Amino acid sequence: MLLQRVIGLVVADPKAEELGGVRLAVVEPLGADLAARGKRQVAVDTVGAAEGQMVFTVAAGPARAASGMAGRPVALAVIGIVDELAGLDAPGTGKAGKAGKGDR
Amino acid sequence: MIIGRVTGRAVSSRKDEKLAGAKLLLIEELDPEGAPTGDLAVTIDHLGAGAGDVVLVTQGSAARFTAPTKDRPIDSLVVGIIDNIRLDGRETFSKSSGFARAGKRR
Repeated sequence: MLLQRVIGLVVADPKAEELGGVRLAVVEPLGADLAARGKRQVAVDTVGAAEGQMVFTVAAGPARAASGMAGRPVALAVIGIVDELAGLDAPGTGKAGKAGKGDR
Repeated sequence: MIIGRVTGRAVSSRKDEKLAGAKLLLIEELDPEGAPTGDLAVTIDHLGAGAGDVVLVTQGSAARFTAPTKDRPIDSLVVGIIDNIRLDGRETFSKSSGFARAGKRR
């Protein structure tokens, strides 16, 4: 699974029948420093993530294990919205840091 | 899944029998702002995409999960013809006006 950020939305018509009703999000992978890094792709979104939210995604065969995606031509799925990351080592500093919606 | 633009067709008269009748498109991969990534894919299409169309392509075994592609030797399939793309709250592509060329983000 990868940590990614939702940066946009895609609307397609016509779509393969098997993709009827799915929501399509543009996602961008995040690196160890939580900065955008790597190839932006389109994922089906099964959890209703909004633009700007940090999410985790699952790719390939397992993407079709996401709720409602069995038997559909889905190669990448958003399966969770990240509320908070805790205990993350701040990259490059060797120190523990925090990223997300604030302290708890 | 990736975004791509149809740049042409591949014609193959000698191919796996399970591909008989399949329409093979050449698709140039684009980033969501419309810049080519440099990758090219041979992709099966059952939606009627034509040259210049911006499409959504599913890759890997997912490509076999539609009625017309089931059990066929396919790993790249057009699953949508894109109407519009929104990035960071603004429309970067629409079928009627193409990609807004606003330069790179950030």
